[in-house]
Amino acid sequence: MGSRASTLLREEEIEEIKKETGFSHSQITRLYSRFTSLDKGENGTLSREDFQRIPELAINPLGDRIINAFFPEAEDQVNFRGFMRTLAHFRPIEDNSKNVAVSEPLNSRTNKLLFAFRLYDLDRDDKISRDELLQVLRMMVGVNISDEQLGSIADRTIQEADTNGDNSISFSEFIKVLEKVDVEQKMSIRFLH
Amino acid sequence: MLILLGLVLGGVVLLANEKQLYQLEPALFFLFLLPTIVGDAGYFMPARLFFDNLGAILTYAVVGTLWNAFCTGFCLYAAKLLGVIDERVQAGLMDFLLFGALISAVDPVAILAVFEEVHVNDTLFIIVFGESLVNDAVTVVLYKVYISFVEVGAENVQTADYFKGVASFLIVSIGGTLVGLVFAVLLGFITRFTKKVRIIEPLFVFLLVYLAYLTAELFSLSAILSMTFCGIGANKYVEANISQKSRTTVKYTMKTLASIAETIIFIFLGISAVDKSKWAWDTGLVSCTLVFIFVFRAAGVIGQTWVLNRFRLVPLDKIDQVVMSYGGLRGAVAFALVVLLDGDHVKAKDYFVATTIVVVFFTVMFQGLTIKPLVNWLKVPRSTSRKPTINEQIHERAFDHILAAVEDIAGLQGYHHWRDKWEQFDKNYLSKLLLRKSVYRKSELWEAYQKINIRDAISVIDQGGNVLTSARLSLPSMASRASFPEVTNVTNYLRENGSGVCLDLQVIDNVPGAKVQEETETHHFLTGNLYKPRRRYQSHYSRHFMPLEEKERQDREVFQRNMKSRMETFKSTRHKRHKKDRSLKKRRGSDSREDGSDKPRRNVSWQDKNPVVVPVESEEEKAEHSDPEKEEDVGITFTARKVETPKQRPRSVPAALDDAGQSSPAVDPPSHLPWKVTSVGSPPPCVSMEATKIIPVDLQQAWNQSISSLESISSPPAHSELVHPRVIALSRLGGSRPASYTPPGSTSSIAIGAQVVQGSFCFPEKKKKEEEEEEEEEEEEEEGGRALQEMQPLMSSPRTTSALMAPPPPPPPPPGSAPLGSGRRRNPCVYLRSLVTAPPSPGSEMHSRGPTQL
Repeated sequence: MGSRASTLLREEEIEEIKKETGFSHSQITRLYSRFTSLDKGENGTLSREDFQRIPELAINPLGDRIINAFFPEAEDQVNFRGFMRTLAHFRPIEDNSKNVAVSEPLNSRTNKLLFAFRLYDLDRDDKISRDELLQVLRMMVGVNISDEQLGSIADRTIQEADTNGDNSISFSEFIKVLEKVDVEQKMSIRFLH
Repeated sequence: MLILLGLVLGGVVLLANEKQLYQLEPALFFLFLLPTIVGDAGYFMPARLFFDNLGAILTYAVVGTLWNAFCTGFCLYAAKLLGVIDERVQAGLMDFLLFGALISAVDPVAILAVFEEVHVNDTLFIIVFGESLVNDAVTVVLYKVYISFVEVGAENVQTADYFKGVASFLIVSIGGTLVGLVFAVLLGFITRFTKKVRIIEPLFVFLLVYLAYLTAELFSLSAILSMTFCGIGANKYVEANISQKSRTTVKYTMKTLASIAETIIFIFLGISAVDKSKWAWDTGLVSCTLVFIFVFRAAGVIGQTWVLNRFRLVPLDKIDQVVMSYGGLRGAVAFALVVLLDGDHVKAKDYFVATTIVVVFFTVMFQGLTIKPLVNWLKVPRSTSRKPTINEQIHERAFDHILAAVEDIAGLQGYHHWRDKWEQFDKNYLSKLLLRKSVYRKSELWEAYQKINIRDAISVIDQGGNVLTSARLSLPSMASRASFPEVTNVTNYLRENGSGVCLDLQVIDNVPGAKVQEETETHHFLTGNLYKPRRRYQSHYSRHFMPLEEKERQDREVFQRNMKSRMETFKSTRHKRHKKDRSLKKRRGSDSREDGSDKPRRNVSWQDKNPVVVPVESEEEKAEHSDPEKEEDVGITFTARKVETPKQRPRSVPAALDDAGQSSPAVDPPSHLPWKVTSVGSPPPCVSMEATKIIPVDLQQAWNQSISSLESISSPPAHSELVHPRVIALSRLGGSRPASYTPPGSTSSIAIGAQVVQGSFCFPEKKKKEEEEEEEEEEEEEEGGRALQEMQPLMSSPRTTSALMAPPPPPPPPPGSAPLGSGRRRNPCVYLRSLVTAPPSPGSEMHSRGPTQL
């Protein structure tokens, strides 16, 4: 598909990305063409506006949060490496991962969960506070539900997950709550080869 | 098991009649039995799971079934050519292909029957089961195509006919699906307007789902597909539209009908197996068929899985494949199809019938029975019946959004992309069209939240109930009770509770007869667990589901009835027992006290709590006058009891303390139970809106049962004679044993006891709780400073009996103790919930009623 794209992408860069993210060569070139088509400024990086131009993302209730997740702290540009690194979280987990050298691949269960966790955790204090949870809930439920109802859901959620009584959900608590969930399946998408 | 039963039945019929009276008629099967099963399956199909695995399901259903059908057919024909199959089987290639088509389809009935029991993990189940549903289309088409081929004669078949076959497959399956979806939309649309006529909601559900089946059948489309998709499609909207009661009705009716149909099918299978007139045994054919279907099933599964795994996120591993191949159960559909064959065209019909029966038997009985050990042995991941927590619900939704977004970003038009689109469409158009306004505005998340709250409440209760049922078994005296069988009638759901109620009655009834210590202990144990079921009742009843006026009216009514019946009993007792002044005195005292305690009730205009104070006294008394009241209040009573001083009730107190410990979470400021916490903060009740609707019905059942059992127990006239008020001085006072009377006529068969119960248990929910507590405290003070150590739900009656049991056959109370008791003794008060929807049953036969716990 992207002959132009793959020519722009140097081989060694592909190799590095491959090593880091575990994507296959064809997947990388494919995603690179996507990357460049998103990159309206043609400067090799994506800005938030580039992401927001995706029409489906505009109606995704969590769209903004997810876009944020692509950007490292205090930056508003993301290059292809960063782009791929984020996407790598969603690679399905393979049983026989060839790159045993990498201690913790980006698509490990923990990293998948961490990605989701960061969506909630706006202030990056490794805790989902009630307010943070409320914000996300509000995004997901729309306007049909009253504040009190939402509040009680949030209370309930936190209370269910909270084991140390600090009225917030830490990452370890987050993992624990979701330990029975098939995160590997539910946080993976199939990237075309 | 059912087939065995059918075999036995068939044998009996055969012996008796020489001729089969009952057979599995294909018309009966396809018109009535199959739709109920498929309807149930479709309606309760986990739609998300089904569509998540749609690709795999379709592959297995279409490709797998075709593969099985062709391979089996050709190989059988080859076997015939090779001479393995007897010459008498007159069948050509077409016949064998036909047979292969009908024998190759995995049967939904058998799959459901077996796999629901095995509890394999959801993915595996949905794939096998979905396949069995969808492959019906394939089977039906193949079957019809072959039938026409056979009738025409194989040599006359032209190439165009094969293409027609393929085309008809597409038409049949897609047409069936479309019919189903049309009816689903219709159903959703109709239920949107049934608010005023709740009673016919279930009817609409059944009728339209069934109509979907019939319509598809009418047009020779795949009826099973149609019904399945109608169920899947309508489920979401219907569930949201219809009332909770209708939901329960639909659920249980469907499940019951499906089980009945399933049972009937298997019984018929068993019966027809012994029908010699249809048998034509050919070992070669039977064994070849068995081997072929097994081999090709396995081969097909492995081959397809290999292909599928290249596309699946979570590959199916080898164990899954083994289970899938082994789970290729054939069943009644195949049997019905083979019976439908026209013997004129298919010469070997009898052989085919016999072979089909053997295959069905083998797969269902042998494979079906061995699959469970196999699953255990292979350590197939089981499905946990665990329900998702609120956290999981929230986060999984977040996951969905994330994935959809990431797919968008990555520019993939993947599964999540389409699901996201569908959800948008659903939200923007379908839901608006099909859902009620009120429902549409509600958030799914909120509903999930409510459901979880309710589930929590119920699970707490069920725990209690479970312990209770297990405990019941240990009570030797139970088994002989006449009321015992009645217990089993209750719906599964409430069985524990129902039995709990009955159990308690029995215990009380039995206590005087056997005052064994062990039994006492058991009873303590029971009492410890009993409060839970009742608490559930309360929590559900307590929510305002009735309009306020009605409540007040009911409240008043209950109160009036209470008073009336009390007066009547009072009179009657006085009339009968003039000699027993003492007890009378007590009675009076108790009555007056009751008045006092009733006052607050009248004054308080709680929305949701309308406690009725009922004196619970010795059992005779109960029989006399608290029973009628209880009848009125089908609702549940929460009682808090005083804790007696240990020395008088050495046995009971530790238990009481235990119980207190157990129940304290419920009583204390609501930090212990999650659902309470949240509810405190939020005025609108979170727990019970729906639950309120569920429980009354079931509760009434339980109640009716207990009443009837009571009647059966205590109907002997002697009891009513015996009835006399028995007031036991509360132990703390006189240091007296719980006093009991043994009237001359009675041979200690009546439980005698003091009702130690006092106060009211305040269920810690919402703000009402505080009010109640206040009230209790007031009462407390009135009573003269009895320390209400803890309020314990439901402890009252059980405790009473336990107190009764402890002492040896009771000596007549010391003269002084009774007055004392009456003075001191607070009526054991039971708050009765008046929320019951059913009109109270007439209280006239109070004498005939035994003591009851409710």
